[in-house]
Amino acid sequence: PGSPAPRPVPGCPLAPPGRKTPTPGRILPAPLPRPSPRRGGRRPGLHGNAGPAPGAARRPLRHHAATPSPWLQRTPSERGRSGDGGGPGRAGWGHGGACPVSRRMYRKEKSIQLKSSSAALYNNLSVLRLPGRQLACFSAVHGPSVNVVSAATDGLGFSHRQLQAKEGGMAVSTSVLTQAAWCVLPSRVLLVLTSQKGIQMYESDGSIMVYWHALDVTEHPPGQAVFARGIAAAGGHFICVGTSSGLVLVFDIPPKGTNITVSEILEQHRDAITDIAAEQGQAPDGAGDLVTADDAGALCVWSTGEEFTLLSKIPAFGCTCSSVKLWNGVVAAGYGNGQIRLYEAATGLLRAEVNAHARWIYALDLAPETGKLLSGAEDSFVHVWKLSRNPDTDNVEIEHCHGECVTDTQVCGARFCDPEGNSFAVTGYDLNEIFRYGRV
Amino acid sequence: MSARTLPLLFLNLGGEMLYILDQRLRAQSIPGEKARKDEWTDVDRKRVMNDIITTMFNKKFMEELFKPQELYSKKALRTVYDRLAHASIMRLNQASMDKLYDLMTMAFKYQVLLCPRPKDILLVTFNHLDTIKDFICDSPGILNQVDETFRQLIETYSCLSAGEFQLIRQTLLIFFQDMHIRVSIFLKDKVQNSNGRFVLPISGPVPWGTEVPGLIRVFNHNGDEVKRTEFTTDGNYVTPQREGSFDLYGDRVLKLGTNMYSVSRPVETHMSGSSKNLASHAKENTVPNPLAKEEMDFLARLLGGLEVKTPGGSETGFRLNLFTTDEEEEHAALTRPEELSYKVINIEATQEPGRRAELSRILGELEVAEPRPASSGKGEDLLALMDGL
Repeated sequence: PGSPAPRPVPGCPLAPPGRKTPTPGRILPAPLPRPSPRRGGRRPGLHGNAGPAPGAARRPLRHHAATPSPWLQRTPSERGRSGDGGGPGRAGWGHGGACPVSRRMYRKEKSIQLKSSSAALYNNLSVLRLPGRQLACFSAVHGPSVNVVSAATDGLGFSHRQLQAKEGGMAVSTSVLTQAAWCVLPSRVLLVLTSQKGIQMYESDGSIMVYWHALDVTEHPPGQAVFARGIAAAGGHFICVGTSSGLVLVFDIPPKGTNITVSEILEQHRDAITDIAAEQGQAPDGAGDLVTADDAGALCVWSTGEEFTLLSKIPAFGCTCSSVKLWNGVVAAGYGNGQIRLYEAATGLLRAEVNAHARWIYALDLAPETGKLLSGAEDSFVHVWKLSRNPDTDNVEIEHCHGECVTDTQVCGARFCDPEGNSFAVTGYDLNEIFRYGRV
Repeated sequence: MSARTLPLLFLNLGGEMLYILDQRLRAQSIPGEKARKDEWTDVDRKRVMNDIITTMFNKKFMEELFKPQELYSKKALRTVYDRLAHASIMRLNQASMDKLYDLMTMAFKYQVLLCPRPKDILLVTFNHLDTIKDFICDSPGILNQVDETFRQLIETYSCLSAGEFQLIRQTLLIFFQDMHIRVSIFLKDKVQNSNGRFVLPISGPVPWGTEVPGLIRVFNHNGDEVKRTEFTTDGNYVTPQREGSFDLYGDRVLKLGTNMYSVSRPVETHMSGSSKNLASHAKENTVPNPLAKEEMDFLARLLGGLEVKTPGGSETGFRLNLFTTDEEEEHAALTRPEELSYKVINIEATQEPGRRAELSRILGELEVAEPRPASSGKGEDLLALMDGL
């Protein structure tokens, strides 16, 4: 309510279809931050920003007069101060963002019922916003099938659909789906399902299958599990899908029709792919616009195009990386030991480490207009964080905004429902519903 | 999904089955000198446990089990346990067998769900095997078999990564999805809610290798830590003291998978669970799966090919009741909700020639060199037993 219409952001999966991606060099404004109340006991070191955003020196800076860019947020208390910006702020500066922690930020709203329960699979919730049609669509894998629900934004009226995993040629054994995700490209939106047998691509409402790619079983050593997993739209007209042997298949998607082809196969990972993410904001020079993650915890950063180029590799440290996001050149990765780590995409350097969850992280999501990060894990918790970059020190900052305990549920899917992160949806293992939460 | 799930599923469910049978046999046993011909004695109990454990850990069977393969369907697996439970002089009615299977599956589902790390499923399996070894500590021959399986587990699973264990866990959780049968002992211990869903604690030790949540560390471009902040949650976690042992012998630390039943904590079940969910799941299971049936037939043949004690004289005396009275058992059979019935597959003695030839070939390669009883009635008894399932 009162927030401006969503602006298209390169690669943002929640961008309204039909809009062109903006030319590089323009830092997109964010909506007005809500004022954060002054209070005692300010956390040490968190400070507001003054000065240009990183990389802005290399590009012309344009601002909306009324709405400062995400890099330049100041609380009302700071506006009067003269710059005292050096070093990690122990002088008690206000927060860069607007995350009041003295009161709860989100509250539970009406759930969406599912026709069947959600499976314990990584990143098991996808959300597609269709603001022009006052609709939001949700999908969660059940096992051999996936639930697809369309919900009217006025809260009345749901329509349900269940799609089945396609059998292989012999059709003797049932197949299990591993993931379902909408891929938003400038020209069209496809719903992609990955399974033990291959990759199914549908029109966004799940009505027609436009493409089927069978996995080559011979590529996998005998006795090893065979499946596809990890789905992302990238580079304007590609959809990338991972496999259990560590390959990433790059599909070239025409603006319409079924003539989808395999453009390239990326062979840098040695373990099963877990997640793939495209840049959701504005990549600084040399930062790449795609990141792939695997079971061993290794990450690869790529630059997309007719030929994908590997830019950097972030080595594993002994834990699976189950979920990954990329925003403004920062990789956010969720791990099996409950940690969230933030890396510089261009260099692979570790910039922040959060002991976020007590158990395996299953899902991460990012709201590109504000840099809010959502994490969901087996420990029943969902947390909302805020990413920002300190323009003086160039440090990547992350602060905790909100924690939600989903009682007796192992969370397996968590997604923001809008690009500012004012609402999010969650599902868990054995749960027949999608819980929703909105800003208070 | 994971092709290495079946041994863990089979051994853990088998372990739970043995815990329950042991408790029920103890509860119903009579001191030897006072027993009538048709009553259970301690000697009978030990014999039943020995027979079942011997069958479970048969060398050829274990070899088949450990081959990489997809999980069997629920029906196929249920039939295997049916055979296993009847590997001795003991007989179970349908209602008791249903209840036994419900308890086994809900117990293992609980253990898989609450495992701190996916790798800890191996510790749960070791807990089951440790207790099984206690059951047969007087029989060195069977003890050897179990140790052999122990070694095979260590060999197969110690080198798997955390990610592969999580895949195994996810495969198991898909198998157990939508099962919400209420178990009295879980309800009493407050580990299960009245709606059948398990309580997931948000306090206690974090898994080995995980840090207690709360710390945020920020690094500069040189890699130096420049800032630390803390955040709080509703959780109340502590650091774990030590890791459990993955060796043949050792302190497992984890309590999941140890025997929670005793004579003072009887085995009961409530038949419930929201029918809507189970109905949808039961529907999926009614689609015939020829491949699974073939595999299951093969397994059943392996089990059936072993020496089976047939009850002499009156049958009823060697029947074990999972309920407290016969009337209760009858009532349970009549009132079991339709969607919870397991629809056990009948193993056909006669099969299509093509399939039969293939199975005979496989069976021939794995000829078990155990002596078979000379009595001509034996073969007929076996077939009758298989047909009767």
